[in-house]
Amino acid sequence: MGRTLAEKVWDDHVVRHADGEPDLLFIDLHLLHEVTSPQAFDGLRKSGRQVRRLDLTIATEDHNTPTLDIDKPIADPVSRAQLETLRKNCADFGVRLHPLGDVEQGVVHVVGPQLGLTQPGTTVVCGDSHTSTHGAFGALAFGIGTSQVEHVLATQTLPMARPRTMAITVDGELPDGVTAKDLILAIIAKIGTGGGQGYVLEYRGSAIEKLSMEARMTICNMSIEAGARAGMIAPDETTFEYIEGRPHAPQGEDWDAAVAYWKTLRSDEDAVFDAEVVIDADSLSPFVTWGTNPGQGAPLSAQVPDPASYEDASERYAAEKALEYMGLTAGQPLRDIKVDTVFVGSCTNGRIEDLRAAAAIVEGRKVADGVRMLVVPGSARVGLQAVDEGLDTVFKQAGAEWRHAGCSMCLGMNPDQLAPGERSASTSNRNFEGRQGKGGRTHLVSPQVAAATAVLGHLASPADLSDADARTPAGV
Amino acid sequence: MEAFTTHTGRAVPLRRSNVDTDQIIPAHWLKKVTRDGFEDGLFEAWRKDPEFVLNKPEYQGATVLVAGPDFGTGSSREHAVWALQNYGFKAVISSRFADIFRGNSLKNGLLTVVLEQDVVDRLWALVEADPTAEITVDLQERQVRAEGVTADFELDENSRWRLLNGLDDISITLQNEGDIATYEAGRPAFKPRTVQV
Repeated sequence: MGRTLAEKVWDDHVVRHADGEPDLLFIDLHLLHEVTSPQAFDGLRKSGRQVRRLDLTIATEDHNTPTLDIDKPIADPVSRAQLETLRKNCADFGVRLHPLGDVEQGVVHVVGPQLGLTQPGTTVVCGDSHTSTHGAFGALAFGIGTSQVEHVLATQTLPMARPRTMAITVDGELPDGVTAKDLILAIIAKIGTGGGQGYVLEYRGSAIEKLSMEARMTICNMSIEAGARAGMIAPDETTFEYIEGRPHAPQGEDWDAAVAYWKTLRSDEDAVFDAEVVIDADSLSPFVTWGTNPGQGAPLSAQVPDPASYEDASERYAAEKALEYMGLTAGQPLRDIKVDTVFVGSCTNGRIEDLRAAAAIVEGRKVADGVRMLVVPGSARVGLQAVDEGLDTVFKQAGAEWRHAGCSMCLGMNPDQLAPGERSASTSNRNFEGRQGKGGRTHLVSPQVAAATAVLGHLASPADLSDADARTPAGV
Repeated sequence: MEAFTTHTGRAVPLRRSNVDTDQIIPAHWLKKVTRDGFEDGLFEAWRKDPEFVLNKPEYQGATVLVAGPDFGTGSSREHAVWALQNYGFKAVISSRFADIFRGNSLKNGLLTVVLEQDVVDRLWALVEADPTAEITVDLQERQVRAEGVTADFELDENSRWRLLNGLDDISITLQNEGDIATYEAGRPAFKPRTVQV
């Protein structure tokens, strides 16, 4: 019987298999950041252990880092202490670190791919649930807890139970103005926040094959919001082209050997998935969330749902609680929802393509009165590229704030937070209660919807913009 | 890791689904670099409401949390497990847990027990009617027992063995040092490296 992509990558990393035990998997790449690693390094110290494979380990600073005044000491002493702890740990153990201010610093899931470290057929882990992002390259990539971080540091392996596989087949073509973000939000709304539990999802089909690497990363990134262990997309020419020439891409004969291997990383025709979901790309439209988990979403053209319409008691109660928290009423058109803040950034939508898309919409327009728009590149490199392309100027002329790289308002561990009751349209991945700041209310959206929303002041898609919104001449 | 064999204690009914790890322990608590001291951050936002179940005097000192489906979704933060343990919980019961949270819990000796929702409903009814009612979570027998409720639960034999004995995963893995070294020797040259060593 044929094997799925996930099974092939899994099989190629089994160090030890014994019946009745989890497989011991080899880890090709371990990404570290300041939040989930301190207790792991402490554990190594207590046991007198070293980092087994420094050549497969890399660290950066992202969750706590400020996006303003990065040349000054970090104001929050607790954040500063956590970053200093990472710096000390990396120095003590010899781990490569890209700290704040370094040109390779950024959100860990943006940094790995841009360095060319994320490659097809590798196993990638990080103490961060959005590690699923790297699956866009046909890597098996999953988030782990701090105990597992310590385990990988010490052994470069992880004992893991073999996951089940689910095919998510998306055929057809995404209509104009419909993005990878809309697609993944629609998938999560369909299968639910627990729908992927225990599975590795493989996104496939003609609509997926047409997507850029950035778009594929957006999709795989949010696999965790459907509860999945990981999300994957089979590597193809788009993948190879993205990797070629990057600092850690294989070279010469290694490149040829790598590509030959990568081309084998497709689910076999006769492979059997444990579950399958089919989505018609042509039927999709811009999608936004209205509730407090990423599965509580609907097309932008729809209304806030009535909790009474849910048959399942627990879903009904969850919807009631969500509307109460979000300050929304059933039946209210989603387009009428006014926002205070627009956040463009994060490991979901903080790559160059996302910034270009948002910039193209705000160019020659103004952010609505009373709305704050924050644009935070996913990495310092993305920021530099955006500056090269003049995108920072476009954003600033529109009245948006152009910031330095980091996780920023996705989770508000740094000063970029919502105030209580404040409402955002955010290109990030989680609309949990208080995620972006205590009492903050989050609507998850694509970069395009974020930009249109910033201009109009209420949830909107680019199609809602008219020439009248272009209050200043385009093109500078 | 602390060994877990069997535990009997009073329980808190948490009638909410999709309890994400941001609710269990908000992000600003994640700046701490220790594994303890998270108890005051547990459900911090919800505990501001005096009516929240954890604030009710009759549930003080309870050690078993009975939660709705999809408990522990979202972030991989192991701090969520530490917060529950620091507060005093020994076991969490739900009809479905998020994968990473469950993995983290079992590595710390916090037993996460999966039961059918109708059993969870009965446990909720029991401990709401009588907050002094005790629930026994028996890992030896893989069974949950309370007045009028006896329910077997599944947990793979390997995880059970590690929990019962409080074993350290890293030490177990390092017993297979030879297998790891053999695997490493056979890795293709084209695989990426972060540094030359």
